Amino acid sequence: MIDQQIGALFVQVAYIGASAAFILGLRGLTKPDTARRGMQLAAFGMLLAIIGTLLNHEIVSYEFIIIGLVVGSAIGLPMGLLVPMTAMPQRIAISHMFGALAVTLVGIAEFIYTRDSAGGPGVVKMTAIGFETLFGALTITGSFMAFGKLQGFIPGRPITFPGQKLINAAVFFGAVGLYAALVVTQSSGSTGDSGLIMFAVMTVLALVIGVTLVLPIGGADMPVVVSLLNSYAGLAASATGFAIGNNILIVAGALDGASGFILSILMSKAMNRSFANVLFGAFGGEKAAASAKSAEGLTTRSVTPEDAAMRIGYARNVIIVPGYGMAVAQAQHAVRELAELIEKRGGRVRFAIHPVAGRMPGHMNVLLAEANVPYDHLFDLDEINEEFHACDVALVLGANDVTNPAAKSDPGSPIYGMPILNVQDAEQVIVVKRGMATGFAGIENELFYLDKTSMLFGDAKSVLSQVVTEVKGL
Amino acid sequence: MTALLTALGAAAAIIAATSGGAPTAAVSTTLIDAQIVEVYVFLLAAFIGFQIITKVPPLLHTPLMAATNAISAISLVASIVIAGAERPLFINIMGAVAVAAATINVVGGFVITDRMLKMFKKTEGPK
Repeated sequence: MIDQQIGALFVQVAYIGASAAFILGLRGLTKPDTARRGMQLAAFGMLLAIIGTLLNHEIVSYEFIIIGLVVGSAIGLPMGLLVPMTAMPQRIAISHMFGALAVTLVGIAEFIYTRDSAGGPGVVKMTAIGFETLFGALTITGSFMAFGKLQGFIPGRPITFPGQKLINAAVFFGAVGLYAALVVTQSSGSTGDSGLIMFAVMTVLALVIGVTLVLPIGGADMPVVVSLLNSYAGLAASATGFAIGNNILIVAGALDGASGFILSILMSKAMNRSFANVLFGAFGGEKAAASAKSAEGLTTRSVTPEDAAMRIGYARNVIIVPGYGMAVAQAQHAVRELAELIEKRGGRVRFAIHPVAGRMPGHMNVLLAEANVPYDHLFDLDEINEEFHACDVALVLGANDVTNPAAKSDPGSPIYGMPILNVQDAEQVIVVKRGMATGFAGIENELFYLDKTSMLFGDAKSVLSQVVTEVKGL
Repeated sequence: MTALLTALGAAAAIIAATSGGAPTAAVSTTLIDAQIVEVYVFLLAAFIGFQIITKVPPLLHTPLMAATNAISAISLVASIVIAGAERPLFINIMGAVAVAAATINVVGGFVITDRMLKMFKKTEGPK
């Protein structure tokens, strides 16, 4: 008995230590030079929590635990080591699925187990288990859909069909209604199979919600969706903590939930759209097409890589604006080479990074860091927007909507009010782009038709390699 | 702030009201105490999370996501108990699958976060 109490005390001490390690670890992430050590501390905290749990007196056999740990490590380690940085959005999306899967299975197991025990789960526990399973299940399918869209086996464009909102609403209220019914009936201690059926249907409906939630959301809105799913996975983990009375789950889940929530707000703001609009709007549809300005009668100026090299090579102050196009073309290494070349010739190069450039928060930063661009060359929208005035050449690489001046000047534009990079203030603008296709918002970009703008058409990687060769020859 | 306090009060009231139906007074008191503490823990952790995470620069938002994902795989702790406790076989098996899924995130998540953070370097030497 005393042994057991000492054991329980040790478990609690391990959990408290782990909580502290998680919080301090995340604090490390507030600065690039303390980030790595912070995360090592967090990983140590995780190890502590796992060891503590293995000593839990409830555990009677270790076979299944060992099988799970071995299988999970065998999949997780190669995934962690081998996934290329370019596939990071997909990998983040799919990892939310794994996290949610674990939480949901725990929720289902806990429901079945407590149902069979005397008195049932009771209201409080049922509330937690239901929440956990509901959010867990919708995060499983939602993350899988996001993964599919990012990986490309599900079309990236918004998928809509007539009556979609009605069906979504019906499924949503069905699941929430069942959840409420479960909480109410479990409290009165009524047993029997009806509870089990309600729980099963609720879980299935939640799985459906995940699919219908992400289906109408387009590729460029993925930063919001991925952040939101991050938050859901965290909240579900926190609910697990409430269900089994475990504080470390509550703490870690709350941290994750807060992080995902903040990121989704930041991303929505950067797109000048409300949460609700991202989730239910299916942007780029009829509304955008109707109010967009036509580009007819306007002409662009196209230049050759030699011309571009001439301008870039003699520029003193260059700002590079990367976008999703750079990621698609995998041009980050060519960009870094060009940047180094300009610096060698005495110019200054900075990178201007819009919060929603790419497919997840911070996407561009990771790609450029991988290509060895020092992080003190990377600037946020707020930090650099005033600097475009003083810049000789702004080089836009596969970015479109985030540079559209219509966001400032045209109240009729669907992106009016969205914070943009003030590329049009630069003395000259060179836009590297595959063709004249519109960006995600489906609208023309006035920037491309300005006198100071030159279009350099082609695949970002090959075009930039040519520019690099030309600059070397200057 | 006021809104949060109101929310806290409401949560407490709900818990108090719903737990009121428990059979004995003693049981319901301890239940309320335990649940209230959990609500406190959640609120405080969420506050700290908000405070710290708003300070994370956009530069590190991707590592942040990978990191919080690895941390929230703490559900491994709950999965381990379910896989190893004295429960019906199929629940143990569900637990084993949950352990595997959470372990993927713990191992993969921390490894990948470290890989990313290793890449962020400052300009070398004096400029």
